Amino acid sequence: MQPGTRAPARGATSRRATSPWVLMAPSTIVYALVLLAPIASVVALSLQGFDFGRGILPRWDLANYVDLATDPLFHEVLARTFRVAAIVTAICLAIGVPEAWIMHRMAPRWRGLMLLVVLGPLLVSVVVRTFGWMVLLGSNGLVNQALEAIGVPGAPFRMMFTEFAIVLGLVHVMVPLVVLTVWASLGRLDPALGRAAESLGAATFTVFRRVVLPNIMPGVLGGALMVFCLSASAFATPAMLGGRRLKVVASMAYNEFLNTLNWPLGAAIATLLLAAILLATLLWTRFVERRALRRLGVAA
Amino acid sequence: MTRNGPLALAFHVLFVLFMAAPLLVVVAVSFTGKGYLALPFDGVSLRWWRAFAANTDFLASFWVSLRLGMVSATLSAAIAIPAALAIVRRRFPGRDALAAMLVSPLMIPHVVLGVALLRFLSGFGLAGSFLGLVAAHLVVVTPYMVRLVAAGLTSLDSRLERAAESLGAGRFTVFRRVTLPLIMPGVAGGWILAFITSFDELTVSLFLASPSQTPLPVRLFTYIDQMTDPMVASVSAALILLTAVTLVVLDRFYPIDRLLTGERRA
Repeated sequence: MQPGTRAPARGATSRRATSPWVLMAPSTIVYALVLLAPIASVVALSLQGFDFGRGILPRWDLANYVDLATDPLFHEVLARTFRVAAIVTAICLAIGVPEAWIMHRMAPRWRGLMLLVVLGPLLVSVVVRTFGWMVLLGSNGLVNQALEAIGVPGAPFRMMFTEFAIVLGLVHVMVPLVVLTVWASLGRLDPALGRAAESLGAATFTVFRRVVLPNIMPGVLGGALMVFCLSASAFATPAMLGGRRLKVVASMAYNEFLNTLNWPLGAAIATLLLAAILLATLLWTRFVERRALRRLGVAA
Repeated sequence: MTRNGPLALAFHVLFVLFMAAPLLVVVAVSFTGKGYLALPFDGVSLRWWRAFAANTDFLASFWVSLRLGMVSATLSAAIAIPAALAIVRRRFPGRDALAAMLVSPLMIPHVVLGVALLRFLSGFGLAGSFLGLVAAHLVVVTPYMVRLVAAGLTSLDSRLERAAESLGAGRFTVFRRVTLPLIMPGVAGGWILAFITSFDELTVSLFLASPSQTPLPVRLFTYIDQMTDPMVASVSAALILLTAVTLVVLDRFYPIDRLLTGERRA
């Protein structure tokens, strides 16, 4: 137990209580061992060399990063990963925010059921959900059958193993998260606010755009960041719907680790992915979310 | 507030259809009698459900996932409850940083977590062991646990604890008899969410699995990678139906939005 930490906290229990350090110890030890140390070891590994005959080489340099920086295949994979993540985020916002708003306005009787249908898939394995899209998008799958039946020219289309399939699968995986975060912010919204705007003669869409949207903006932006990061680091959906040819950063790291067995190069790819995600998070919370809060009049 | 217009309802129907379509298709195609994945088909058959029931690999994986989910959710509760107590109730230096650390696995790509743990655990000969999978899943599920327990603690009236104390209850007795029962809904919700998250986890497990310790999503993923016969559909359909039944039963006690956010329904 450390000195100086036993002062009773204000607003908590009135007498001397267990030190917060004792309470934090189990989780901190687990995280240090299973999260921080492994990540440090993988960053260290990314600085080492590799030889197909001799395995991991005991040298320390940036050779893996130089290799990646000059590898056109990696550039292509990197561009695809962030392009897909950006498109998925945009689509999820475009359909997820209105859906949360519509559900918010439903009669409570329907709401519970609809929440189950819309949020329930979050609790079904991504492998299962993506498999569903494999069945739907195949060359004689239901989507192509439907397109042919209504006489769309050019049908059947090749949809499996395209970026379109990856985007569609990822939107299905991610959009409930947008609905969820927006739904939660709508729940915190004072219903009198919307009614006041309506009583002053605002149309439904105006109420949404001018009153509701600015208030739920923090939730929308938080959801957007989460979807972008999860899409950029997604593995299962791109691997299953993109096939072996359309790689993303996550599946490239996987490939280096479990197929090529060049662990140091795989570690460098993983480190870059982690750095990109952390950077995106930092920039987003610093510039975009803070501005939205300021517009709401919250000092940040 | 005004009700949704016809345009909004049409949008909603399309949205629900989009969410449900891949799941419904999987359940439907699992009843085919054909040897390949095709819809529509004629004649309902249990051929692939029987194939699934006779497949010892998939059944073994089911038990691995079940054990893994229960062990990691329970251990997660053991470390998350004290941590949430400290974070919600106390002020101490480094509190914000530790709170951020506790939920950080939500933002860390699972591929990164997977390669990091494979590298680290193989140094101790733990890659491919049940213990290694438990350690990995513990970190993956704990953010959910912390979030739900913390939400429960925030809404708890601390006067109840002080009342117990003033009546002479010891520190641990107050926790066991007053605090814990009152935050039990949060703990239970966190446990369920942690279990489901662990049961569904693919990417981290993929790096740490071994032939004898293969969780179900890993088994399914590697099977689909080799071939896609309708047995994949019957396994997937079983998982969908299991989740659906769990959610419908659970919804009576724990509405899904509360389960996922820890907040009360609006």
